Amino acid sequence: MGELRLMKGNEVIAEAAIRYGCDGYFGYPITPQSEVMESLMAQRPWETTGMVVLQAESEIASIHMVYGAAGCGKRVMTSSSSPGISLMAEGISYIAGSELPCVIVNVQRGGPGLGTIQPSQADYNQATKGGGHGDYSLLVLAPASVQEMNDFVGLGFDLAYKYRNPVMILADGVIGQMMEKVELMDQQPRWTDKQLKEITGSWATQGKTKDRPKHVITSLEMDSHIMEENNLRLQAKYQRMKEEDVRFETIQCEDAEYIMVAFGCAARICQKTVQLARAKGHKVGLLRPITLFPFPEKIIAEMAGKIKGFLTVEFNAGQMVNDVRLAVNGKTRVEYFGRMGGILPSPDEVEQALLQKLIGG
Amino acid sequence: MSEVAERLKNIIRPENLIYGKSPVLNDVTMHYCPGCSHGVVHKLIADVIEELGIQDQTIGVSPVGCAVFAYNYIDIDWSEAAHGRAPAVATGIKRIMPEKTVFTYQGDGDLAAIGTAETLHAVNRGENIVMIFINNAIYGMTGGQMAPTTLLGQVTSTTPYGRNVDLNGYPLKITELIAQLPGAAYVTRQSVHTAGAVRKARKAIRKAFELSQQNIGTCFVEVVSTCNSGWKLTPVESNDWMVKHMFPLFPLGDLKDGGKNATESFQVKG
Repeated sequence: MGELRLMKGNEVIAEAAIRYGCDGYFGYPITPQSEVMESLMAQRPWETTGMVVLQAESEIASIHMVYGAAGCGKRVMTSSSSPGISLMAEGISYIAGSELPCVIVNVQRGGPGLGTIQPSQADYNQATKGGGHGDYSLLVLAPASVQEMNDFVGLGFDLAYKYRNPVMILADGVIGQMMEKVELMDQQPRWTDKQLKEITGSWATQGKTKDRPKHVITSLEMDSHIMEENNLRLQAKYQRMKEEDVRFETIQCEDAEYIMVAFGCAARICQKTVQLARAKGHKVGLLRPITLFPFPEKIIAEMAGKIKGFLTVEFNAGQMVNDVRLAVNGKTRVEYFGRMGGILPSPDEVEQALLQKLIGG
Repeated sequence: MSEVAERLKNIIRPENLIYGKSPVLNDVTMHYCPGCSHGVVHKLIADVIEELGIQDQTIGVSPVGCAVFAYNYIDIDWSEAAHGRAPAVATGIKRIMPEKTVFTYQGDGDLAAIGTAETLHAVNRGENIVMIFINNAIYGMTGGQMAPTTLLGQVTSTTPYGRNVDLNGYPLKITELIAQLPGAAYVTRQSVHTAGAVRKARKAIRKAFELSQQNIGTCFVEVVSTCNSGWKLTPVESNDWMVKHMFPLFPLGDLKDGGKNATESFQVKG
């Protein structure tokens, strides 16, 4: 059993980064995730593990610092919240195009524009459909607890290096700000120079030695035929993610006639709704996608043939519902319920929507 | 063997060598226009890397602009940055691998327009990197549009009647701004239009790379450069135009030397 603590989700991101052996963090303050960098700065990991922590002049600069450092093969990350992630869209596209591994945390707030500092899930499309220019995908993990904020830092880095692709932890203001019990991992050492060379030495910018050609980190290719091949290689990688790394949780789905689909903090609320609905005799289950990309489309397609309908519950205007509809492909009903602008519905409110839109309708 | 080949063989001998190029400069045809300053500056950087013996310790950051392909010409590891972000990319590299020598190579649009924030803040943090700034007062790659350093009255494709203060504002003397920042260690402005100027520029670039290994702040070398294609002049006319029109606004010489320096007024007291 690892060390148990009562911690805020944002603080756990910082703690997990240090304990995992992360090499560097570059960020810019924004509510509701500023505790990530504040915790890192308070802990001064550069004196213990050697982890670099730097406050950049903007989110644009911080994501490009990540680009430079990730290009060296080092395990680096950043965190921000919605408007800051929009600023990072340029750099994220370059990181995906150059096939660099890194972890990006988005503790979502409500939009559009400056929006609100209250929690939201309105960046689902931005996170899962790329967000910047060009055909690329992030691998997107959606934590629903403070424990998962801890677990997904390490998992995120593991997946980022498995695919040489940026991984986004798509949290929200609730998960970032709430305190829960968390079991922390033991301190792991950072990669040694030897490990770094073994794992990333074939592509990273670590200084050109006589025994190898120079390494160039770039997304640029002027030859259209090669550029198309580059795109096909990326698409093949995303396909492999769909085959090997779809993650989800099912709660009381075995006998369910109606299934709610919800991620992150919405799934926490829906868990209670399942109990409320079941107490009234409705056979309701919950499917919680953990990876939003790759999306758990196979399990949804399988369920679609057996149940009477899905209700997506998401704190946006209905974004994930489109992915559920694609997976269901007309085989059963798919409805959406959500609130926006930082409003979180109660489990009763979700239950009412379930009854009105699906069960009773 | 033909007579000509035989004569050449007699000429090409180490004892006859009066000029060479570093093996750090790749044997490939450059895409730069004849008369452009980039090729000369690339050669100087390659020479300095060779002289200092730091080929395996140096990571370059190339920009967006004509020099986007700098990585094709200098045989070191490179990171190709998004437009204007080279100082941030270099910061990430240098912070995570502080033992390496890291430099950016940027044009005026990259460094002084879209990347102004990244430029000023990297220098203001005193990042221990070298920044090479090619100022040719025009956007070469995109086809001759106005740059932040375009002179008043200068004709470009987006200032077809000449740069106008009311419409376009003033040319930005960013190197003078840089020299004001306490994080700057060495700030100089050079050119490569004559053999003498090339020698001075080589010395300045070498000094910048040497100083950057002492970790005393950012070393910044502006090279006032020609873009004869963008300026629509011959290479010779371009050199003359640069001397006549650019040097008065961008005078050559050192602007700062001696390392990071902040006064006591920067510090909270008591």
